[in-house]
Amino acid sequence: MRKIDTQKITEVVKRLCMEANYYLGDDIVKALKKAQRIEESPIGKEIIKQILENSQIARKEKLPICQDTGFVVVFLELGQKINITGGELYEAINEGVRQGYRSGFLRNSIVKDPLKRENTGDNTPAVIHTEIVAGDKLKITVAPKGCGSENMSEIKMMSPSDGICRVVDFVVDRVNRSGGNPCPPIIVGVGIGGTFEKCAQLAKQALLRTVGIRNPDSFYADLEKRLLEKINNLGIGPMGLGGRVTALDVFVETYPCHIAGLPVAVNIQCHAARHKEAVI
Amino acid sequence: MIKLTTPVTNNDIEKLKIGDNVLLSGLIYTSRDAAHKRLKGLLDKGEELPIDIRGQMIYYVGPTPARPGKIIGSAGPTTSYRIDPYAPPLLAKGLKGMIGKGPRGEEVIEALKRYKAVYFVAVGGAGALIAKCIKKASIVAYPDLGPEAIRCLEVKNLPLIVANDCYGQDLFKEGVKRYRK
Repeated sequence: MRKIDTQKITEVVKRLCMEANYYLGDDIVKALKKAQRIEESPIGKEIIKQILENSQIARKEKLPICQDTGFVVVFLELGQKINITGGELYEAINEGVRQGYRSGFLRNSIVKDPLKRENTGDNTPAVIHTEIVAGDKLKITVAPKGCGSENMSEIKMMSPSDGICRVVDFVVDRVNRSGGNPCPPIIVGVGIGGTFEKCAQLAKQALLRTVGIRNPDSFYADLEKRLLEKINNLGIGPMGLGGRVTALDVFVETYPCHIAGLPVAVNIQCHAARHKEAVI
Repeated sequence: MIKLTTPVTNNDIEKLKIGDNVLLSGLIYTSRDAAHKRLKGLLDKGEELPIDIRGQMIYYVGPTPARPGKIIGSAGPTTSYRIDPYAPPLLAKGLKGMIGKGPRGEEVIEALKRYKAVYFVAVGGAGALIAKCIKKASIVAYPDLGPEAIRCLEVKNLPLIVANDCYGQDLFKEGVKRYRK
């Protein structure tokens, strides 16, 4: 068994929380630059220019890209040959979030209770998804998720007879109804299959993919292209004020499902698409 | 590019049309979900508000904490539809502008017409860029709300777009119509 101390995990999570919030991914920057070129609306073009300037200021001054520094979603790929020592794994992750948000001057946006609504004061707890995998490595992905776009997400338990056309309609309609609320240009994560909760998780995991990379299955790669074209034909545009670029990309992830089911989930991500990863 | 300084008059508001680019300077107040709920509570009881909103603007923002020696952290707009239920009574009391992101409901668009006010969009997710336009910041009410406390900000040339004017026009509807295929 390979030993990993919880202190090391805390340090890595702390660093990833800060880096995710200050440094917009190169793939997003590249996609925004392309969007700036192809956008026909003058207002839309100016908005994308400001978004790109913003990412440079954030990087230089270590200021959060967006003031909504998000709910910290952590994906763990835990090698089964690892022995965690020195404390509890999830507490180590939450301690990393606590330290990262305090020393990184990030906003505390989490309330203890959904209806009583008192701030926890340290942006914990994180939402943690753990997958046990082969090997002796621990991969940690930290994805702070803003709520403006999260609020525009939806899951629908469709019927197998609905087929691909109704799936497309549901995804496009969800983006259409979101309009300018989720800070377009957006990235659209789509989960198809699994159970109710698996499907929602697929949609979230889809958002971790690099912009421009297609699903390896050509059937789903084509579906992604079809969805992207239909979404950009909606005319919603940057910040919803009209334009050619509504989404930078669409990612579809799938899982086997029940003979009676066809769950479809749409998780919407704003242009401040933040995720950083490390392997210990 | 239209330069505008707070406090504003009905005359200033009448000149603004959807799609106008505005650079806003002067003092503005911040407030979002939790603070608006308290303001509405005071209005319902017929009590005085902790801030004088006549001729003023409210910016829907919950900034990140300032680094030592800095005025403010990242400070971009939050989504406005959540504030829709609270906006008309504040407009009735003389509020002249709101700054946020995303479309407003019909009741707000109607109230902008009735009370002569505007709704501006700032670029969502451009919090670091917007922070550069903020020259002073102080908490003026509800410090217990942390990022949601009401702040008074002094801004210089804050870049905004008129999304809803006092004539009932809506740039969200018009803009999308223009580019829809």
